[in-house]
Amino acid sequence: MASLTEDSATAGEEQGGVRRRDFINVAAASFAGVGAVSVALPLINQMNPSADVLAEASTEVDVSAIAPGQAIKTIFRKQPLFVRHLTPEEIAAAEKVSTSELRDPQTLEDRTKPGHKQWLITMGVCTHLGCVPLGAAAGEIKGEFGGYFCPCHGSSYDTAGRIRKGPAPKNLMVPDYSFTSDTVVKVG
Amino acid sequence: MIRIGAFLVGLFFSGWLLVSAAMGAFTFVTTPSAPTAEHEFHKKPKDVDFSFNGPLGKYDRAQLQRGLQVFREVCSACHSLHYVSFRDFAQLGYNEAQIKTIAQEWPTEAPSINPETGEATTRKPIPTDKIPAPYANDIAARAANNNAAPPDLSLMTKARHGGSAYVYSLLTGYQNPPAELKKKFPDSMPGKTTHYNPYFANLNLAMPAPLNTDGQVTYGEGSPKPTVDQMAKDVSAFLTWTAEPKLEQRKRAGTAAMIFLLIFFGLCVGAYKNIWADKKAHA
Amino acid sequence: MSFPWANEYKPSTAFTRYLDEKLPLPRFVYNAVGAGYPVPRNLNYFWNFGVLAGVALMVQIISGIILAMHFAAESTVAFASVEHIMRDVNAGWFIRYAHMNGASMFFIVVYTHIFRGLFYGSYKPPREMVWHLGLVIFLLMMATAFMGYVLPWGQMSFWGAKVITGLFGAIPLVGEPIQTWLLGGFAPDNAALNRFFSLHYLLPFVILGVIVLHIWALHIPGSSNPTGVEVKAEQDTVPFHPYYTAKDGVGVAAFFIVFATLVFFAPNFLGEPDNYIPANPMSTPANIVPEWYFWPFYAILRAFTVDFLFIPAKLLGVLAMFAAILLLFFLPWLDTSAVRSGHYRPLFRKFFWFGLIPCIVVLGYCGGSHATDGIVLISQIAAAYYFAHFLIILPIIARVETPKPLPNSITEAVLASNAGASLQPAE
Repeated sequence: MASLTEDSATAGEEQGGVRRRDFINVAAASFAGVGAVSVALPLINQMNPSADVLAEASTEVDVSAIAPGQAIKTIFRKQPLFVRHLTPEEIAAAEKVSTSELRDPQTLEDRTKPGHKQWLITMGVCTHLGCVPLGAAAGEIKGEFGGYFCPCHGSSYDTAGRIRKGPAPKNLMVPDYSFTSDTVVKVG
Repeated sequence: MIRIGAFLVGLFFSGWLLVSAAMGAFTFVTTPSAPTAEHEFHKKPKDVDFSFNGPLGKYDRAQLQRGLQVFREVCSACHSLHYVSFRDFAQLGYNEAQIKTIAQEWPTEAPSINPETGEATTRKPIPTDKIPAPYANDIAARAANNNAAPPDLSLMTKARHGGSAYVYSLLTGYQNPPAELKKKFPDSMPGKTTHYNPYFANLNLAMPAPLNTDGQVTYGEGSPKPTVDQMAKDVSAFLTWTAEPKLEQRKRAGTAAMIFLLIFFGLCVGAYKNIWADKKAHA
Repeated sequence: MSFPWANEYKPSTAFTRYLDEKLPLPRFVYNAVGAGYPVPRNLNYFWNFGVLAGVALMVQIISGIILAMHFAAESTVAFASVEHIMRDVNAGWFIRYAHMNGASMFFIVVYTHIFRGLFYGSYKPPREMVWHLGLVIFLLMMATAFMGYVLPWGQMSFWGAKVITGLFGAIPLVGEPIQTWLLGGFAPDNAALNRFFSLHYLLPFVILGVIVLHIWALHIPGSSNPTGVEVKAEQDTVPFHPYYTAKDGVGVAAFFIVFATLVFFAPNFLGEPDNYIPANPMSTPANIVPEWYFWPFYAILRAFTVDFLFIPAKLLGVLAMFAAILLLFFLPWLDTSAVRSGHYRPLFRKFFWFGLIPCIVVLGYCGGSHATDGIVLISQIAAAYYFAHFLIILPIIARVETPKPLPNSITEAVLASNAGASLQPAE
C-alpha cells in the first residue's frame, strides 16, 4: 500500500498527469460507488407506496342520493373524502366573501367544476395536522363559518371549504376529479 | 460566531412567540371565545365504591355474574364483546357445564361454515368461541342504529376517562335537558335521535337509556334488588372485568413484588453503608 | 484509563489468564465499570441515573423481544394481537404493562440524567463529545418511542402517527413526497405499521451501540462530579467497583420500586384511554396528545400561531420544535463560563431553578392539555423563555456572573461538607 501511493505520487509529480495505474484505481473506486448507489436506489424506493396502495388511488362516487344541505363521507386513498351538496344560501355565502381577506385566496368557482357549482368535493383532512374535520355527517358542528370545523386545534372552514380561522395554513384540498355523468364523480 | 448566530436565532423565536402571544392576548380580550355547552354542562363521573378499587381490591364474583346477566339480557342486543370468549367466564366462578349452557343459550349464534356445502351459516356457540357480535359487520351496525354504530364494550372501561365510574355514571345519568341549556345553547339540545346525558362528552348520545325500569332484569335468589342503580353498578363491574381480566393477579403479584423490593432496597442500603464505611469515616 | 493510579486487571485463574490473552473482554469490563475505573468520591444520587438509564434500556429490550414473539404487525390484527397478549399469553399482561411503563421510566430517568448534566455543566470541555453522543441517544430514543406507540394500532397510535408524519408535510416542496415515502401510502396504514415495527425493533440496538460510544468518550476524561473541579490526586477518587456499584444498587432498587408501583397498581395511569379504541381513520379523537414525555415539544410545536412573512406558522412550529432539541448540541459553546457546577454559579442557579425548570413544567402541562386560547398563550410565553434561556441568557450569564470560590480539590470539598460547612449541595 505504502509503496503504491508513494509510487504514484512521485509519478504524478514527474509527468504532471494521471498515469494508467492511477486511472484504474480511480475507475475501480468509481465503479464501486456507482454500484453502491444503484443498489441503494431500489432500497430507498421500496418505501414508496406499493402497487396495491396505488391501485386504490382512484374511486367513483354516486352523488344522486345527497340532498341539498347534506354531505357524505367516503374514502379516497384511505383518507376521508367529503362530498357536499351546497344549498343556494351556502353558495351565496361563499361567493359573498372577497378573496383578498382569505388566507388562501380562492373562489368557489376555483374549487368546483363548471356547471356543478353546488358540488363541493374536498378531502376530509385538515391542512393543519391531518385531523378529520367535523361537519359532514348530520348533527356535527360546522363551525362559525358554516362549513367544517376541526376539533383538534379549532380550524374553521367556510362553505367553500376555505380556511377562515384557526391554525390551518391552506384550504381543504380539492382532489383531482371529474363528473363522468351528472350523478357520478370519478375521483383521482 | 456561534454565540452571535444563537443570539439571533433566539431573538427570532422568542421575539416572534411574544409577538404571537401579544396578538393572541389582544384577540382574546377583544373577541373572547364563546363558552361552549360542553364546558358548562358536562359533568365528571360520580364517585362509586367498587370492590375492585384500591391496591388490594378484588372482583365480587356474584356481582360479575349479575353483570353478565344484565349484559346478556340488555346490552348484547346492540353491543359486541369482541375480545372475550365464553371460556373466560370460568373466571366469574362458572364451571364447565354452566359455561357450555351459557354459550348454548346465548341470544346470537356464532358464524360458521356448513361442513357439507361450504356455505356460510351460523351455529350455537361453544365455550371456545368469542362472544358472537349482534351485527355481522360495522355497516350492518350503522344501518340498524341511525348511522351510530354501537361500540364494542370489551375495553370500554379502559377506553374512557373515569373508567368504571364513567360507565356507571353514563348508565344512570340520563335526564331531561336543563331549562338553562335550552335558553343558552339551543343548538346543544338533544335531537330526534339523541338523548341528553351530562356525563357524555358532547352531552347528547344516540343510545337511549338502556336501563330504565327497576326490575328490568330478574336477579336470582339472594341477590340485591335489581334497581337501575344496582344493575348499572353490576354491569359496570362486569365490563371492568372484560377490560382487565387479570386485575386480581396483577394486584396480588404487585403486593408480593413490593414486599420483595422493599427488603431488597433495605439490603442495598445496608451493603452501600458497609462498603462506604471506611471512606466516610476518615473522610 | 487516564489516571495512573487506576487498579490493573490481574486474571487470577488459568481460564481468565487464557481469556485475557485471546480476548481481553473481562479486562475491558473491569476497566469500564469495574475496579479499574477511578471515579470521583463525591458523586451524589443524581449520578445514579446513567446506570439507571442502562437498566431501563435492558428492561425494554428484554420485554420487547418477548412481546415481538406474540405481536402481529398487520393493521387488521395488531390491536387484537395486543389484546391476545393481555388476555391469553401466559404472564402477557405483565410483560406488556412492563414494556409500556418501562418506556415512561426510561424517559423519567433520561430526563433526570439530562437535567443533571445541565445543572452540573457536564456538557463543558473536556466532555463535549459525551454530551453530543448523549443527545444522539436521546433523539434515537424519541424516534423509537414514537414508533413503538404506533404498534398497538389504537386511536392515539394512528392519529399520533398521522400528526407527526404530517409535520414533514410542512417542509416546502419536498415535504409531501417525503411524507408519502415515510408512510408508504397517503395515510398511516399497513405499510407504515410494518416499517415502524421493523425500525422499533432495530433502533434499541443502535442505541446500545451509541451508549458504548457514550461511555467510551466518558472514560477519556473520566466522570465529572458535583463540584465541577477535576480530579487531581488519588484520594479524590474511589474505584467504581465496589463503591459505585453499591451506590447504584440502592438506585436500582429504588427504580424498581417506582416501576413496580406503576406496572402493578397504576398500569394505565400515564397512558391515554383513547388508545384502547382500535384505530379508525374516519374519526379523530377529540384531543390528540402524544405520550407525556413529548408534551413540552408538542407545546412548542403548537405555540406558533402567526405566519412570519412568507413562512407559514405550521412550518415555524416544526422548525422550532426541532430547534428546541438541536440547540442543546451547541450548549458547550453557548455557556462559556469556566465554572462547571451550578453550585458555584449564583446567577446561573437562579435561572436554572426559577426559569428553566418551571418553563419546562409549564410547557409539559400545556402540551398535554386541550389547545384552548389560554393554554396556547401560556405555552407561547414559556416557549419564548425556553429559547431565550439557552440562546440568549446563558451566554450573557457566562459573561457577567461572578462565581463563588471553588474548592481546591474534591477531597477538600468532601472534608468541608463532612464538617458541616456551607458547601451543601443545593438539590
